Parts: sequence; structure tokens; C-alpha cells
Amino acid sequence: MKLTDIQSRVKSTFFKEHQKKLYQSLEDKHTTIEEMDDDDPLTTKMVLNMGPQHPATHGVLRLVLQLNGESIEKTKVDIGYLHRGVEKIAENKTYQEFMPYTDRMDYLSPYSNNVALCIAVEKISGVEVPERAHYIRMIGCELARISSHLLWLGTMVMDAGAISFFIWTFKEREKVYDIMDRLAGHRFTVSHSRIGGVANDITDEAMGAIKEFIETFPNELKDYHKLLDRNRIFIDRNEAVGVLKTEDAIRFGATGPVLRATGFAMDTRRFNPYARYSEVEFEVPTRLEGDNLARYFVRMEEMSESIRIIRQCLDKLPKGPVRTDNAKQAYPSKDEVYYSMEGMIHDFMMTDTGICPPEGAETYSAVESPKGELGYYIQSDGTGHPWRLKINAPSFTNLQILENMLDGEMLADTVVIIGGMDPVLGEADK
Amino acid sequence: MSLELSEPLQRVVDALSEKFSKEVIEVYQSTGITFIRVDADSIVKICYFMKDELEYIYLSDLFGIDRYTSEERFEVVYNMISFKEGSRVFLKVRCEEENPEVDSVYEVWPSASWNEREVYDMFGIHFRNHPDLRRIFMPEDFRYFPLRKEFPLLGIPGSIELPGTTPDTE
Repeated sequence: MKLTDIQSRVKSTFFKEHQKKLYQSLEDKHTTIEEMDDDDPLTTKMVLNMGPQHPATHGVLRLVLQLNGESIEKTKVDIGYLHRGVEKIAENKTYQEFMPYTDRMDYLSPYSNNVALCIAVEKISGVEVPERAHYIRMIGCELARISSHLLWLGTMVMDAGAISFFIWTFKEREKVYDIMDRLAGHRFTVSHSRIGGVANDITDEAMGAIKEFIETFPNELKDYHKLLDRNRIFIDRNEAVGVLKTEDAIRFGATGPVLRATGFAMDTRRFNPYARYSEVEFEVPTRLEGDNLARYFVRMEEMSESIRIIRQCLDKLPKGPVRTDNAKQAYPSKDEVYYSMEGMIHDFMMTDTGICPPEGAETYSAVESPKGELGYYIQSDGTGHPWRLKINAPSFTNLQILENMLDGEMLADTVVIIGGMDPVLGEADK
Repeated sequence: MSLELSEPLQRVVDALSEKFSKEVIEVYQSTGITFIRVDADSIVKICYFMKDELEYIYLSDLFGIDRYTSEERFEVVYNMISFKEGSRVFLKVRCEEENPEVDSVYEVWPSASWNEREVYDMFGIHFRNHPDLRRIFMPEDFRYFPLRKEFPLLGIPGSIELPGTTPDTE
């Protein structure tokens, strides 16, 4: 049976042209699944539309799947339902004004997005960041990684069938939120990093909470391992599901834990160290299998490596300022703004024009966000607004693989595979 | 401006300027990053060379730039990594404002597929031989290219169909 009549059966009420082309491209897609017997009633083909409003797609991801019985023949991924045009917005904002928008890109780990933008802007305009700020940023980034991986763990295990686990990981995530609240003043969209440093020093309260967290969290992690590592149901749902070979991972441009789970130890913290990652010891966990279970192990180990990095950062945390003192490059401290005329003028100038990188300068800098390589390309025209700001979003890069990875899998595994990829649509859709 | 190239990058520049002496237009550095601008017509050939001979097997990113009011208005940038050398190179090509067209590098790195769709969606640069060149963020019914500089920040009223705010009465 040929499905040439998809178009006539689809009664789209919206974006008609869009739907038409999407289904057309599904029809045109070439796959190498072998033909099944046409007379067998179990091989009935259907086109299944999943999302964008589907709870298991982790946001507003839309999949169009052509099924053959229970197996997926071809897939098309449709994204853009959360497109806000942040790159366009960035061209009309000063660098500092753009920072809150980065919080809303990968909203599961806002801290690393802030740091990624700051590092890029500092690189293009040659701003020196104080030592202490680097370490505070690293602590924030690693906490964000734990928080993001905890959400992935909870939802992925929920996709695989265990609901209560979600609540347990959220209990720990709540602690990270509390730390962020004490560290940055916000729980969710933190915007704590500033160009030239961070907004404020770690308070004693935050320090206490972090120290308590790194003591208690490894035990929780042990419990998670105890519950899942040898769990028959969990392994059956994840082993040999969504297998990605190393060469495919590189061809299709996988990044982050998805790439590392195929056996390739690529980590931007190692490849091109930023902040002070060259001064702390940590492992880059890898697995060879490339399936969902491998991604699980990689992310679990990353969490304990994060704890290790935070410990070292706390030990090494130097004393000193947390933001550069040059008023042409960073906001002055609030004390200066309130009690001195120069401080106020500088604060006004930073808000009005902001930092102006040299004309024609271009830069690219990447950080290892929880999802993978998060890069910012900035081209300056000498004003306070970027001429072009491009965000290399890891979720976007990884989602592309889904189109190829899902072909030939079972329909029931779709949600587990999406869960294992851990995409964030806020970032993929920009 | 003199270049301060690291050893792997020096090899890349040497190899490219030897093999593609005509196609390499300029090599320049900004904030320590090396950009190599090449002739747009031979981008696929050069990318194959980069991938097969120089081991730049991983395409990290591909994006467009609007050089509004300049000659050869649009620019496409290829950001590639060699794991072996541990280095990153940026290739650039430029194309005209009228009917901008660049060859697709999909056959070199399949990962370019979505990135090229994004460039097409945002700038209207057409990629020859791309297997599935559709818009990626905006719906197909949309007729403009939002990241071009002349596109207003607030958008164009009425350019996109929006759902009604009242529920269906069926």
C-alpha cells in the first residue's frame, strides 16, 4: 500500500503550505527499511502526528512518523514552535541587556548560558575577569549541569515508566534552586553572570548550602544507581534502543553526552578550556554502546564529576573582587553607584551604550553546557549592539539526529529516545 | 596584519594555499580565531579536502551573516573541528544580494542539513543540491526572511496567520 494520498486526507486548518511541505518531505524521504508483505494486516501503514502539544516531547517538539505496523519507517521532525527570534532581538540590544534572553534559551541550565555569552563578549572586547569570578562561574555552571541532568533523569525514567522517580530527582533539583536563590537572587532564570565577572559574591548562606549539597548529593546519586543500574525494566527499555554509531554521531554532528555515549571523549572543557577548567581535575565519562543506556551512564557519571569539580573550586576559591574594576568594561558596584557621581555616570553609560567591542571584530567561544557545545559567535560593528550574534545551540544539533535515529525503531521507544536525547526546545528553536 | 597561527592552523593554511591557490581569497585573524575566506563556487571541493585530507571531520556550526550595504551582501560561515589536531577553523564564502545561492555541503557533512535550512529560513540564501530545503523555524506560509537587516524588529503585521482566541463552537 502506498501512502500517496496523505495530502488529500490531511485537513489542516493552519499554516497550510507548511503542513503540505512537511508531509511532502516525509513522502520524499528515502529510507532503507525493507518492504513488508502487503497482505499482512499487521503491516498497515499510518502517518502519526506527535506533538507539538505532547507531554512526552519535552516541550513543543513535533514529530511526523510514518509507521509500518509498530515500527517507524521514516520520521520528520518539525521544530520552530517556540521560535522567538532571539538572534534578531540580540542585534537590537546591548550585550548586557541580552543576557536575560539567554536564560530563556536553555531554561534548564540558565547559568551556563549566561557564562557562555559573557565569555564571548569578554573575548571580543578584551575584558579581564578576576580569578574569583571564574571560580564562582564554574561552581554555577556545574550546579546548572547537575540541575539539568536531574531533570533529564527524572523525565527520562518517567518516560520509561517510573513516575515516582521524577519526584525524587525534583527533591534534589529543588535544593539546587534554593542554592541559586541564595547565590544569585533568583531561583530559575538566574542572570547571575555579568560581563567582566559576576553580579555578586557568594554569600555565606549560599556557601553553606553548596557545602551541604555536595555532601548529601553523592548519597542520593548512589541511591539512584542502586535503583536503576540493575533494574530489569529500566534496562529492557533502554538497552540497544536508539543506537548511534560513532561515525554516524560525527557525521550527523552529535554533541555533548550524546556524542560521548558513542565513545568519543569530546568535551569543550577539555578541548578548549574556558574559565579555569584547565586547573581542576575531572574525567570525561564515555561509553561505547551509543544507546540510551550508555547516555544514562554518561550523564550519571557527569553529575559525580560535577560534584568533584565544585569541591575543587571551593578549595581553590581565591579571595578578591568578583567583577573587573574598569568602569569602561563592566558595571560599577552598587556602592559606587549610590555614593559617587562617577559611579552613577558609569552605570548610566553602561546601561545606555554598554560595552563597545572594536569595529569589525569577530569571535567565537564555546562552553560545555549540559546538552553539549554551546557556542556564541559575535560580530561587532563598533557600537554597543552586536552586528550579528549566532548561537550554536546543542539541542538543535542533537535534534537533527533524531530524524535519522528514529527510523527503524519501535513506536513505543520514541518517547524514551527523545528523553534520552534530552533536547530543550527553547534552545533549539532560538 | 601578520598572522599568529598555531601549528595545526599553519598546516591548514599552507595546504589550502598550495592546493587552492586561486580559490583562497584571504586569511585573517580576529580575537585569535582564524577565518579563511574562499571562493563560493568551490566550497564543496574545499570542504571535501578539509574533511578527507586535513581531518576536519566534524562540522560544528554553519550560519549566515548579512553584510547589509556591503558588496556581496551575504556571507556563510562554516565552523569545523579536527579532533585529531584539536583545532577549529572557520571558512567563509560570500554571495550576491540578488538570488543568493551557495552549494550545499550536505554530502560532505550531513549535519549541515538543518543548519542550511536555518540559513535559508533566516536569510533566504538558497543551497543548491540540498535534499530537503524547507524553512525550519518559520512556517512555509511566511514570505519574509527575518534576520535580514531590512526586516523590522517588530515583524510585519498580518504576515503570519494566528489562531483565533475563541474556542471552536463545534
